[in-house]
Amino acid sequence: MSDATALLREPWQRLERQRQAGKFGIWIFLASETLFFGALLLTYAVCRIEHPDAFAAAGRETNIWFGTINTAILLTSSLTMAVASQAAAQKGRVRQLVLACLGATAALGVAFMIVKGFEYKEDIEKHLVPGTGFALSQPSAQLFYGLYWLVTGVHAIHLTIGIALVVRLVLLGAARRIRLRGSPELEVTALYWHLVDVVWIFLYPLIYLPGRAS
Amino acid sequence: MTDAALAGELPFPPRPDYLRAGSTLLSWLATTDHKRIAILYALTITVFFFMGGAAITAVRVELFVPNGWFLTSDTYNRLFSFHGIIMVWFFLVPSIPNTFGNFLLPLMIGAPDVAFPRLNLFSWYLTLVGGIFAVYTLVAGGVDTGWTFYTPFSTMFSNTHVLTAAAAVFVVGFASIATGVNFIATTHMLRAPGMTWFRLPMFVWSIYATSIVMVLSTPVLAISLMLVIAERWLGLPIFDPARGGDPILFQHLFWFYSHPAVYIMVLPAMGVVSEIIPCFARRRLFGYDFMVYAIIAIAGIGFFVWGHHMFVSGQSPYASLIFSFLSFVIAVPSAIKVFNWTASLYRGQISFNSPMIYALGFVGLFTTGGLSGLFLASIPVDVHVTDTYFVVAHFHYIMVGGSVSAFFGALHFWWPKITGKMYPESWAQFAAITMYFGFNMTFLPQFVAGYLGMPRRYHTYPAEFQVYNVMSSAGAAVLAAAYLLPLVYLMWSLFHGARASNNPWGATGLEWTTTSPPPPHNFDLQPLVDRAPYQYHAEGESAGSDAPEVQNARSLR
Repeated sequence: MSDATALLREPWQRLERQRQAGKFGIWIFLASETLFFGALLLTYAVCRIEHPDAFAAAGRETNIWFGTINTAILLTSSLTMAVASQAAAQKGRVRQLVLACLGATAALGVAFMIVKGFEYKEDIEKHLVPGTGFALSQPSAQLFYGLYWLVTGVHAIHLTIGIALVVRLVLLGAARRIRLRGSPELEVTALYWHLVDVVWIFLYPLIYLPGRAS
Repeated sequence: MTDAALAGELPFPPRPDYLRAGSTLLSWLATTDHKRIAILYALTITVFFFMGGAAITAVRVELFVPNGWFLTSDTYNRLFSFHGIIMVWFFLVPSIPNTFGNFLLPLMIGAPDVAFPRLNLFSWYLTLVGGIFAVYTLVAGGVDTGWTFYTPFSTMFSNTHVLTAAAAVFVVGFASIATGVNFIATTHMLRAPGMTWFRLPMFVWSIYATSIVMVLSTPVLAISLMLVIAERWLGLPIFDPARGGDPILFQHLFWFYSHPAVYIMVLPAMGVVSEIIPCFARRRLFGYDFMVYAIIAIAGIGFFVWGHHMFVSGQSPYASLIFSFLSFVIAVPSAIKVFNWTASLYRGQISFNSPMIYALGFVGLFTTGGLSGLFLASIPVDVHVTDTYFVVAHFHYIMVGGSVSAFFGALHFWWPKITGKMYPESWAQFAAITMYFGFNMTFLPQFVAGYLGMPRRYHTYPAEFQVYNVMSSAGAAVLAAAYLLPLVYLMWSLFHGARASNNPWGATGLEWTTTSPPPPHNFDLQPLVDRAPYQYHAEGESAGSDAPEVQNARSLR
């Protein structure tokens, strides 16, 4: 009982209700995030339908290796996150496992950002930043790269927030400041992490695959 | 004798109400009490309301004569843009939801607080940050895009502070989303025992529907403004036609938010009116179930009518046809609400207290605004009056005549609960009536001027329109006086008003069964609900046949 009261917050009287509310709240927020990224993807779709050739040409300039490696990294991080949240819901002595999986998740998130950094560096060297001196001749190829920088940037900001949230859980959990088993915060963080991952699953084909099919 | 004593329980030890539970500045700035956060919001939006009002006062002074005499064209553009941005995002959108919604939602459902109290406070700070951006924009020289930020003007041509203005709205949008998430979770998870969905007061339904619209539409506004910022600041060519961008796309994204935003502004007002009219008619709300269905229908269909803002923008005629049809469709649930409010008066015992005057004013002005909206939903008429004062008059009837009237109605209805003080009723009635006439005097002539062809957003105009503009400006002076009056007598009431009882209007909601002002956690005893709202009289009887029955079974025992 004392364990449950340690996690209990105003205005809740029962932990189970608080947990449900936290999950419900984050699902509502994820619906909002879906519309957020949805509007970006709509913009992409409209531009790509208007300029299919330029988008194919621009898509061929992306580095598919960076993209593919990052996809693998991020999907693995979702696996470790899922293990962490499932383990935290079990009754056994799983604290070490939860901490290890959360640590791995954060590390994979950081690895993604590092790979992304190398990719950005290469893009800048190849003059793939819209503006004067842009590498491709078609003007609307700049549109693709405008959206490329924007969506990957917004995704990276989301991922950074996710990493910060996971690191916070690891630090608090390791210092025994919060109890990870049955923690509503862990479940909420995990759901957010998976959303960031799902967004990337949409971004990967939209960014790296145009123009490579034939 | 208190209710607790009547129930044979021991009296509670004296405890401070939420206003007196802490008196340091920090106890306000770090509070997680939804009632205190509501007060913080109320103070903030009052400041913004008078800032936006000051801007439009200068505009109305300028429009007294046909050839600009008071402002330059540039200043004029910046003033009406500032007015629009401030009034839409820093007053109307947060007005009723974040003040009265915050204060009343937990009280009305019998909860100690909202679901996520710290998120609630965070949302207020976001509003503040957004507000600082907005004020900085003004101080630095203003923005001249209008509140709509249309591309390519905002991205390529305007030399004003578009960046900070867009950032202001971007930030305050996240405050909206946070509040929406909070209110939806609160309504789902924190209802008192027995408070089933169809026992919720209409105000709760309206806040719930509004929150859904906030959560699902605001992110699209965020994206549309982010794209503008990205193009201006980083040079990413999203809306630049020379590099294949599509300026019309901005309008689609913007109106996908900004039409539902009209419902963010007016649905809470409908909720307020649905509380006030039954109370002062001593009558059950007519057709409660259909009032619920109608408000949900408005929130839902509201997402699919944005194209009626774009009939002249270069949009497929088939799309225009469908948007026109859906815009007519949304008038049906709106009309259901108007008919039901009116039917609630039938065989009632009506008293014209100030909240009731505001509420009845709302019904008339909302109907006028709504019917003129049907003109605009009809493509041939819309093409004729696009970007004229007809449109300006139409949306001010909905937003000012509707929402602001309801805001003042709510302020007078719940003032005794919020502050524990009564205000001077005659002054309040005088202000309410003045506001009604001042409003009509300001905006009715604009329908005529607009229909005759006076375009919006110009500071000079042909002399033939002067008579309408003089009427309008004179009305605006009356309206300004009517807005300033409550500021005076409500402040007076804080210090000299009589103490309010727990339920001064004899209303039936849970919020009236706790003390005025309520204690920090709202209720001394967990409320128990065993009946529907608005039981002002026995079923099937006329008003006054029976004493009203409050929703809280605890206070009846």
